[in-house]
Amino acid sequence: MSDALIRVENLWRRFDVSKPWLNRVIEREDRQFLTAVADVNFEIRKGETFALVGESGSGKSTIAKMVVGLIPASSGRILFDGTPMTGTVGADMRAIRRRFQMIFQDPFASLNPRWHVGDIIAEPIHTFGLASGADAANQVGKLLDTVGLSAKDAEKYPHEFSGGQRQRIAIARALSSRPEFIVCDEPTSALDVSVQAQILNLMRDLQDELGLTYLFISHDLSVVRHMANRIGVLYLGRLVEVSEGKSLFRQPQHPYTRMLLDAVPDLAMSGRRRKPVEGEIPNPINPPSGCAFHPRCPVAMDRCKVEAPKDRETPIGRAACFALEMQPA
Amino acid sequence: MADVLLSVRDLVVEFPTRRGTLTAINKVSFDIHAGEVLGVVGESGAGKSLTGAAIIGLLEPPGRIAGGEIRLKGERIDNLPPEGLRKIRGRRIGMVFQDPLTSLNPLYTIAQQLTETILTHMPVSKAEARQRAIALLDRVGIPAAARRIDDYPHHFSGGMRQRVVIALALAAEPELVIADEPTTALDVSVQAQIIDLIKEICSERGAAVMLITHDMGVIAETADRVAVLYAGRLAEIGPVHDVITRAEHPYTRGLMGSIPTLTQESDRLVQIPGAMPRLTSIPKGCAFNPRCGDAFGRCYTERPDPIDRPGGRQVACWLYKKEMSHV
Repeated sequence: MSDALIRVENLWRRFDVSKPWLNRVIEREDRQFLTAVADVNFEIRKGETFALVGESGSGKSTIAKMVVGLIPASSGRILFDGTPMTGTVGADMRAIRRRFQMIFQDPFASLNPRWHVGDIIAEPIHTFGLASGADAANQVGKLLDTVGLSAKDAEKYPHEFSGGQRQRIAIARALSSRPEFIVCDEPTSALDVSVQAQILNLMRDLQDELGLTYLFISHDLSVVRHMANRIGVLYLGRLVEVSEGKSLFRQPQHPYTRMLLDAVPDLAMSGRRRKPVEGEIPNPINPPSGCAFHPRCPVAMDRCKVEAPKDRETPIGRAACFALEMQPA
Repeated sequence: MADVLLSVRDLVVEFPTRRGTLTAINKVSFDIHAGEVLGVVGESGAGKSLTGAAIIGLLEPPGRIAGGEIRLKGERIDNLPPEGLRKIRGRRIGMVFQDPLTSLNPLYTIAQQLTETILTHMPVSKAEARQRAIALLDRVGIPAAARRIDDYPHHFSGGMRQRVVIALALAAEPELVIADEPTTALDVSVQAQIIDLIKEICSERGAAVMLITHDMGVIAETADRVAVLYAGRLAEIGPVHDVITRAEHPYTRGLMGSIPTLTQESDRLVQIPGAMPRLTSIPKGCAFNPRCGDAFGRCYTERPDPIDRPGGRQVACWLYKKEMSHV
């Protein structure tokens, strides 16, 4: 599609988790690899919020880090507005870099405690040479205002702020290079619910005002439902389903998505009988053969154990499951 | 209603510091009835965990109970000597903490830890204790319990470890289980299993549960009644369905509106302005008054005590006092 801002193609990431060389020799063990991300494909359209959900170890954060270039991919391509991110260097890369930013989970760790808030926010402005001197200070003041703090707060240090306010500072810092695309890695999971609501509302307002595109990572399905236009569900590093936001919750396609939705405790207490969830996520060093979900899947067939399912179209997006073939589309 | 199992009256917990005494829990009162699940919710710093710690006498010094009473079946337990408390802790009140890794000793096998607890509290032989331990592990859903009982905690996954901790809490068949964020460290699919397990086992044994969590979804599906804490004070307490769907305290109302749900249609979440005050600067009068849209004169000067409301609820808010005086 032409309006894709981010396109991720056949993305893989393996981590070497082998023991040290001497241990391997003595214990006669081979190298061990953990496949954190396996053959992931998706695209993010301009102005939308694309969310990735999954349990811990499903590869959400690894994908986020690869998208912003914090860690390299083992193989596959990430295209930003048509430009591949690997292989682009120098001034071209700097030009792309300015256009995306990241917000991290823990606002206590992501802000340098020795810097004034104003300097933290101004750093991207200086790095990309967008402004200097009084002009930069002026912009910092405006940004603080945008995120609901006051221009005077630029003189303070991060420790003088609460968790929610710190996350506002992190958002102001992310906005200061005037990016089009922001990767948000669990931006509210360290916050209390009443503060979470403030941050989520702020992020949506900013999106409307500035036309931002978000990659939103979260393990909290109700937050994701509130924020996302489209949702990708990860299981053991594999993207098992990509669907339109609200439809995903009405008619989940992949059995894993269904299981995940059944498991979420919800305020609405609709009296839905929760299906007991079986088992836990297997060890990603030795993932199950075929479809990685088959040992926990209620509808697994013999075929699922030997063959990995390919993506197929569903009424609301796509999903990788053999059982979907049997159903009338 | 069933008998009152645990009764907390005007509990005050203080932390003396160099810059003065901080009151972390300020006159909190509630009851837990036999066999019920009481949810305790609040944001971080509201005093949820401290309330639990105070009940079982595990306050970290210099924190101390500075006032009020805690009674277990009518018998005071807040002023017991350490030795007396030790007999109650584990025997009559079991505990499940947030992080299963820190509540198990990594140097002992599961068998050693379980049988130690059982032998401490019950008059059984070593062999019987081991049999009981295996039966418990089996009950909490650990496959091949007889074989796995000799494993160390690190052999188990997070969910399995939390199951072991639950077995440990239930080993001496306590009357009350205090579960402090038992599922926060777990993934959602495992979280559901653990919540179901706690609920099932406790109702099967008639044990009451005090479930401390910040996750309203967990409370909604598990608790019979819920207590909402704010800045160390009780804001509202009542049957869980009433509190969630028809919250009376402005704080509870804001809290419920700020939680995204799986069925809501609105695009914006309700937001409560500001954040919970620090213990050093709790406002005069009602602690919630700076963030409250309905605050009026009296709220700034006088602290509201919980007011009885229909349906077995209590709300600490002057709005309801005003109403009653009109009647």
